[in-house]
Amino acid sequence: MINFEQWNGFEGRIWKEEVNVRDFIQKNYRPYDGDHTFLADPTEATNLLWGALQKLQKQERANGGVLDMDTSVVSTLTSHGAGYIDEELKELEKVVGLQTDKPLKRAFMPFGGIRMAAEACRSNGFEPSSDLEKIFTDYARTHNQAVFDAYTPEMKLARKSKIITGLPDAYGRGRIVGDYRRIALYGIDYLLEEKLNDFNNCGDGTMTDDVIRQREELAKQMNALKGMKEMAKIYGYDISKPASNAREAVQWLYFGYLAAIKTQNGAAMSVGRISTFLDIYIQRDLDNGTLTESEAQELIDHLVMKLRMVKFARISSYNQLFSGDPVWATLEMGGIGIDGRSMVTKTDYRFLHTLENMGPAPEPNLTVLYSSALPENFKRYSADISIRTSSVQYENDDVMKPVWGDDYSICCCVSATQTGKEMQFFGARANLAKCLLYAINGGVDEKSGAQVGPAYMPITSEYLDYNEVIKKYDVMMDWLSGLYVNILNLIQYMHDKYYYEASQMSLIDTDVRRTFATGIAGFSHVVDSLSAIKYAKVKTIRDEKGLVIDYAIEGDFPRYGNDDDRADEIAMWLLKTFLGKLKKRHTYRNSEPTTSILTITSNVVYGKATGAMPDGRKAGAPLAPGANPSYGAEQSGLLASLNSVAKLPYHWALDGISNTQTINPGALGHSEMERISNLVQVLDGYFDQGAHHLNVNVFGVEKLLDAMEHPEKEEYANFTIRVSGYAVKFIDLTREQQLDVISRTCHSGL
Amino acid sequence: MHQSQVTGQVHSIETFGLVDGPGVRSVIFLQGCPMRCQYCHNPETWSHHGGATWSAQVLFDRVYRFHNYWRNNGGITVSGGEPLLQIDFVTELFRLAKAKGVHTALDTSGILYTKKEPFYSKFQELMKVTDLVLLDLKEIVPERHKVLTGFRNEPILAMARKLSDLGIDMWIRHVLVPGHTDDPDGLREMDEFIQSLKTVRRVEILPYHTLGQPQWERMGVPYPLDGVPSPTKEEVQKAEELLHTDRYTNF
Repeated sequence: MINFEQWNGFEGRIWKEEVNVRDFIQKNYRPYDGDHTFLADPTEATNLLWGALQKLQKQERANGGVLDMDTSVVSTLTSHGAGYIDEELKELEKVVGLQTDKPLKRAFMPFGGIRMAAEACRSNGFEPSSDLEKIFTDYARTHNQAVFDAYTPEMKLARKSKIITGLPDAYGRGRIVGDYRRIALYGIDYLLEEKLNDFNNCGDGTMTDDVIRQREELAKQMNALKGMKEMAKIYGYDISKPASNAREAVQWLYFGYLAAIKTQNGAAMSVGRISTFLDIYIQRDLDNGTLTESEAQELIDHLVMKLRMVKFARISSYNQLFSGDPVWATLEMGGIGIDGRSMVTKTDYRFLHTLENMGPAPEPNLTVLYSSALPENFKRYSADISIRTSSVQYENDDVMKPVWGDDYSICCCVSATQTGKEMQFFGARANLAKCLLYAINGGVDEKSGAQVGPAYMPITSEYLDYNEVIKKYDVMMDWLSGLYVNILNLIQYMHDKYYYEASQMSLIDTDVRRTFATGIAGFSHVVDSLSAIKYAKVKTIRDEKGLVIDYAIEGDFPRYGNDDDRADEIAMWLLKTFLGKLKKRHTYRNSEPTTSILTITSNVVYGKATGAMPDGRKAGAPLAPGANPSYGAEQSGLLASLNSVAKLPYHWALDGISNTQTINPGALGHSEMERISNLVQVLDGYFDQGAHHLNVNVFGVEKLLDAMEHPEKEEYANFTIRVSGYAVKFIDLTREQQLDVISRTCHSGL
Repeated sequence: MHQSQVTGQVHSIETFGLVDGPGVRSVIFLQGCPMRCQYCHNPETWSHHGGATWSAQVLFDRVYRFHNYWRNNGGITVSGGEPLLQIDFVTELFRLAKAKGVHTALDTSGILYTKKEPFYSKFQELMKVTDLVLLDLKEIVPERHKVLTGFRNEPILAMARKLSDLGIDMWIRHVLVPGHTDDPDGLREMDEFIQSLKTVRRVEILPYHTLGQPQWERMGVPYPLDGVPSPTKEEVQKAEELLHTDRYTNF
């Protein structure tokens, strides 16, 4: 058993015998079921720094979205000198470390793809170094180059036609959460020792592909750990040993995260579940009398401020998919332990309180791991913060805990991963709406007229027959799922090879479990279309070549989103069928295939590429986001809609089922207390039925309309809303997406 | 005919009703109303025809799907239209609800109240399965009430007294329309009347809004309050003071 003086006062044994942060937490955390009245206001330092940062954010926006970019230095752990929010205020920063040497300056990250790195510079008015462009084009291969070298023509065509889209073939796949807490608890040296031990015991001496790859990856991980030590030194810190107090714990942990965002530009770069862990350090210092509540809050505020500053250089097509510059610095609070104790601590309150101390913000992506069994006080405080900021999302701990245990993190918008034990192969999504149109048209794309899917017999009848459509859809989904999984196999292989996440992986167990995260787009439109074909009459409208390009519906039909089993059973069938087709495929590195029903803001782009649907959706109109019912389909109010979504079993979509709902404040109750109680009841009722996720927005349409027309108003500078799977500043959305958000059902009751 | 085979004409169901009674509620809007209130926000429910035909049992099963959200703070509210037009149906629905321990609220204008039979007996039966009545006091002066709604208000006041005698909890609601229902003397008189009742748990000022206007336009009926603004916060506050809304906290 090892021991460090930094661990004085901590209980437990197992975590001292091996790297085991969960055991440390369970043996040492102190549940809190009191209310929020202990919380402290922002310190003067926080106000000054946040003021300075807001000024920078304003400049960034005035500049068209990007303040500054690096064009000549490839971002590595040690590529940049120390950077601060404001040179004159740097003594005030309790948590230090920036991605580059200046605040909000975006790093040059070519390993995902040099073309994208260069294009990101140019489209923002910066000229990338010609030397770097030459090096990464002529001498060094990038992930993007490798993937496109290996793609088959069929893969390229599917990608171009957008039946499979959002693929991480030009940027980091993200979604790998290093267990950043390990650095605080153990220090780098011990982690290095453990990895060296793994390296020395890797394989039995026979050099198979697997063993060779593992050895190379471990070598990269050890280099990353050494690099982190150097990186911390630039800021004057030695992180080789465990953190000795709360401030160091926050700083050490943040250095781990900083290492990840300096070396990877993944779509989602989550921070993970850190609140209960950090609370142990804060509580020890409070008990010792070496920290005050105000100082404790300041640490959390300053950490969150850093997480609000994470930026990556992106190209415009990326921004259309994931609008508003998100990074998914997802961070969790709440949850219940396997032993039944609530894991809510005072630091869970402190993280939510940042939304009061520094106002609403889209990042970090604050996530409450919800259960109706959480302490009432905490549920009420979360609901209160939701009502006032629309910046919180909720995920059902009761359904996730049996699968992932009680130390999982959310690695993207909504997907769970066991912290330090797992990684994900992120794989965007397949457009099942478009796939239905391919089934009807025999694999011919309804937009381009090109033969993209296999040339199966198209439907030739005037009216669609349910059984015939289902039969054809089934085989078309077979084709799509096979192609989709193979595209992902190829992408993940190349990503491991050319853009390996050494920093994050060095903070994850060597014997890592891998999940293979696929996704579905257009879910509700397929369900409603099939329901229309089954319960009403759907007539095909063809162009001169006989291609079905539109549909006429005669009669009524049940729609998903009304708690009507006739439609909702089609939804369940669809999810189960698609998952079954994925599961029978070979997946890279024996990963476990999962799927999701979430689309982020990409529902707008996917919709543009999708023709008219048999449910009455017009060609090019946005798809409903995530697992949301279609626009206008919900005829019975919010709870009927929630019940429909809650019917989808989480274990069929372990990567997440995202639902976003907007409630008019007036409809939530007449008084503040009623609004809080009512929202808690809605959350309890929804999650007790086994639903997975809910984004809660509380505002009226008038506010959105006004913010769209008057983005310059001070009150809208930080106006944050939840969209499918993340939060975003409303004024940072494209106008198209703003209109999309406005057109979605706003539940106002009657 | 089995009792739960009693059918009613239902205009619509709102599963997410949070302002029509305590907690989270399913609000059932019934079809048909004799009144023609100038500020009606749901004129499509006026007609005694139309809507969908539901049996009490099927309707109850439908809304009971949301009991997860009700817990001990919520239930069902029957609104309209004027629900007492279909008193047999409402009574049966509430009976089914009470059998499952569900909180029942009746949102009525009270205009149909009478001591004449068979209404009077039926009403008393209904009250046995009603936990709360949401009663609109639209205007205290009978003549002005007639201008506003087409009817004098004596039956409404009589019903309020009856509820008070029966010990049925009431929420009194008053829609505040600037220039129409905000006369201070009238509000004072209304306040006196409310204070004479024993079972009032809450008094609410509902600020007039224009969200119902598009429905009038769809129906091709001229909107009598065209151009009348919603009351300001201060006007609402003043009315609340006159009706002493803050005295009622036990709801």
